[in-house]
Amino acid sequence: MPARPLKQIHLAAQLPSVQHTVIWSDPSAGSQIAFDSFAHLARTAERGRFDFFFLSEGLRLREHKGRVLDLDVAGRPEALTVLAALSAVTDRIGLAATVNSTFNEPYEVARRLATLDHLSGGRAAWNVVTSWDAFTGENFRRGGFLAEADRYTRAAEFLHTARELWDSWRPGDFRADAAAGEFVRPGAGRFAHRGRHFDIAGRFSTPPGPQGHPVVFQAGDSPEGREFAAADADVIFSRHADLASGQAAYRDVKARLAKYGRSPADLKIIPSVSYVLGDTPAEAAERAEEVARAQVSPQTALMLLEAAWGRDLSGYDPDGPLPDVDPVPENVVTKGHNLYRSRGREETVRHWRKTAEERGLSIRELIVEVTARPTFVGTPRQVADAMNAFVQSDAADGFVFSPNVVPGGLDELVDRVVPLLQEMGVHRAEYTGSTLRDHLGLKPARRHFEETP
Amino acid sequence: MTHLHLAVALDGTGWHPAAWREPDARPAEILTARYWADLVLEAERGLLDFVTVEDALGLQTSAFHRPDDRTDHVRGRLDAVLLTAALAPLTSHIGLVPTTNVTHTEPFHLAIGIASLDHASLGRAGWRPQITSRAADAAHFGRRTTPQLTDADVLDSELIAARLRGLFAEAHEVVEAVRRLWDSWEDDAEIRDTATGRYLDAAKVHHVDFAGAHFSVRGPSITPRPPQGQPVVAVLAHASTPYELAAAGADVVFLTPQSRPDSVARLDAFARARQHSARPAADPVRTFADLVVFLDDAPGRAAERKQRLDERDGGAFGSDALVFTGTPAELADLLLDWRTTGLDGFRLRPGALPHDLTAITRGLVPELQRRGAFRTAYEADTLRALLRLPRPANRYAPAG
Ligand SMILES: Cc1cc2nc3c(=O)[nH]c(=O)nc-3n(C[C@H](O)[C@H](O)[C@H](O)COP(=O)(O)O)c2cc1C
Repeated sequence: MPARPLKQIHLAAQLPSVQHTVIWSDPSAGSQIAFDSFAHLARTAERGRFDFFFLSEGLRLREHKGRVLDLDVAGRPEALTVLAALSAVTDRIGLAATVNSTFNEPYEVARRLATLDHLSGGRAAWNVVTSWDAFTGENFRRGGFLAEADRYTRAAEFLHTARELWDSWRPGDFRADAAAGEFVRPGAGRFAHRGRHFDIAGRFSTPPGPQGHPVVFQAGDSPEGREFAAADADVIFSRHADLASGQAAYRDVKARLAKYGRSPADLKIIPSVSYVLGDTPAEAAERAEEVARAQVSPQTALMLLEAAWGRDLSGYDPDGPLPDVDPVPENVVTKGHNLYRSRGREETVRHWRKTAEERGLSIRELIVEVTARPTFVGTPRQVADAMNAFVQSDAADGFVFSPNVVPGGLDELVDRVVPLLQEMGVHRAEYTGSTLRDHLGLKPARRHFEETP
Repeated sequence: MTHLHLAVALDGTGWHPAAWREPDARPAEILTARYWADLVLEAERGLLDFVTVEDALGLQTSAFHRPDDRTDHVRGRLDAVLLTAALAPLTSHIGLVPTTNVTHTEPFHLAIGIASLDHASLGRAGWRPQITSRAADAAHFGRRTTPQLTDADVLDSELIAARLRGLFAEAHEVVEAVRRLWDSWEDDAEIRDTATGRYLDAAKVHHVDFAGAHFSVRGPSITPRPPQGQPVVAVLAHASTPYELAAAGADVVFLTPQSRPDSVARLDAFARARQHSARPAADPVRTFADLVVFLDDAPGRAAERKQRLDERDGGAFGSDALVFTGTPAELADLLLDWRTTGLDGFRLRPGALPHDLTAITRGLVPELQRRGAFRTAYEADTLRALLRLPRPANRYAPAG
């Protein structure tokens, strides 16, 4: 039987922000807010012929013990505005913005995304996130108005409505025909949507961009999130980057596609990862350890411990054993962090105690252990091989690289690993298309008026 | 005497509704970055202080107060904040001032969008907050209704303002909330203190706790204080209620005098509004007069051109601002004459693009330079500095 042709690896990059994993203390660390930092990362990713450059979003600064959390990088620009500026200094790379569906309205988000698609010549993507918490809601007119159970019903209707708005201009509606004296066809942009979350009608101001519909991402891991992605998204941003859980999530999600009339190739699964290189395996391992220690300062270790315990633990030695006091599960000392959402705090504390006891870890060592994110560590050759094995064994379709340091943290990957992937024939040497849909190998957007003539 | 300030207002293919059918117009390109880059680079070559870009949350219409079904005028446009952001890396000195609505958009989103434009442009952002006066725009959001103006209302700017008083009051709250969010980070909040492991000084990042009649915002912003501290806020004002908004919240006000005496009267009315506002009298506000301009070198040509455009459109084009037709030298005469009423500058709305923009940059500007009334090189890098507006102190920082 002929071997399956090699899968191409989809590569993307993210400017890391608002996580303790960003090493702001590194001597080479630059500004997390200056436009130059964004431009450097996006251009480096474009030099590596990546599919897209991605920005996350958080609409409230984290707080710890009643004060703004001061240990991690905080402060970031509004994603769509920066990406619009980046469209002027890049040519081909996709530009993906995280935009929350709870604290926004479809008319506005649809026109901003259509605008980015025009400005970039068809490179826009939207990562639909559904954070609904009342803490974030305090920054908005409607406050925390949404129940958790409704986060994806609103997101799905939001996305559906945005697509109706993009489709309110049909091909050829924007004419600009001076001789005929017709700028638009009659009725261009007319829409009416009546649903549970949105009841809106009128004229949409912005014709759709080159992609018709920007590429849609979903980031979130609940069953509802996976279902939303299977029904409606082009890319899933996942957290699963160890082989077994990656393969399981991949199988689960791709199996959900058929009932929506979609094939496995219609949805790309791309986990968020990092990397550490060395000239030898030993050197890489040593650097990885330094990176981990730089990410988890003694203060960060205690802060994350306090978040789990729900109480002040500032008297404990971060290099000593875990506290013997009990957690106060109902006491929330950290807001805006969802580190413990999936497991619950009591269960988290039990699990941490057990891990620390079994392995004799100090507080700081434990936190390094339990907060480590998926990271490829090795020589450039080892990292290229590991990435390739991961993709060829269907644990993912590619990776979003979130470097440890801004803005130079992607340079080594692009200079030393990408050429190896290109030699292996699993990553493009040149862009073959001009839109993000082209890079991802996605079909043209299904347009509303084609589905419902 | 200081130089006068000059801005241009960009919208579609120019302000005359038939401009898109001129031979040098590029109507098919108004949704491309290239088109706007060409215009703003021309404005920057002309050393202008800033460009404004119009916007709205509905499709363009020829009726002031409601949508229409016309197909023979420019329809369709881009979000002005994102458009100006795309222009930022291509330019180095000119100010970039997008219009946004403040009636339906969340103040928090407005604050971080404009702050991000200021970061991307290294301190050249402005912001023109505008209420959304069309009731139909509210139906695009489905969250609230806004007053439907009648045909009688729109004949009189005081009547309009009276009907929209509530929206102006809310706009005032939005500007205040946005300004507080810009200040919510002190300039030196990011400390990167490795000894204590602190990236920022939490004492320098503030909740804003804005609670108005219409909404509340807790803060702080997610975006650190922009380079200018406060980007330049510009308000277009035709009547008493908007004068109050400009007096209380703007750094620049666009007025629409119809004549030299009218300029005196409007500046007076605005000065009275300033006296009644709670804002310190020492806060400078730059006054600009808006003019729609059609310019040609040969005497009489501009008026003929406008007439030709009017005929093509089937009606005489009028505007809220004075419509000027003439030569660049004649316009220079008018500007220098009106300036003596106390105006700081002018926002010119080109009748047709690119024609009337290049007439400004290559005709009017050299004429003003010859008369010693306009800069011959940019003298500053930020919009505030160009307008000789001080960088504001942070309201949350301890004094001294
Ligand atoms: C890789 C990844 C990246 C994410 N990035 C963001 C983000 O930038 N902003 C945000 O508000 N939420 C982000 N989220 C959170 C999801 O939107 C969050 O999980 C959602 O609120 C709840 O969905 P779920 O219950 O399906 O997980 C991210 C999640 C994942 C897995």
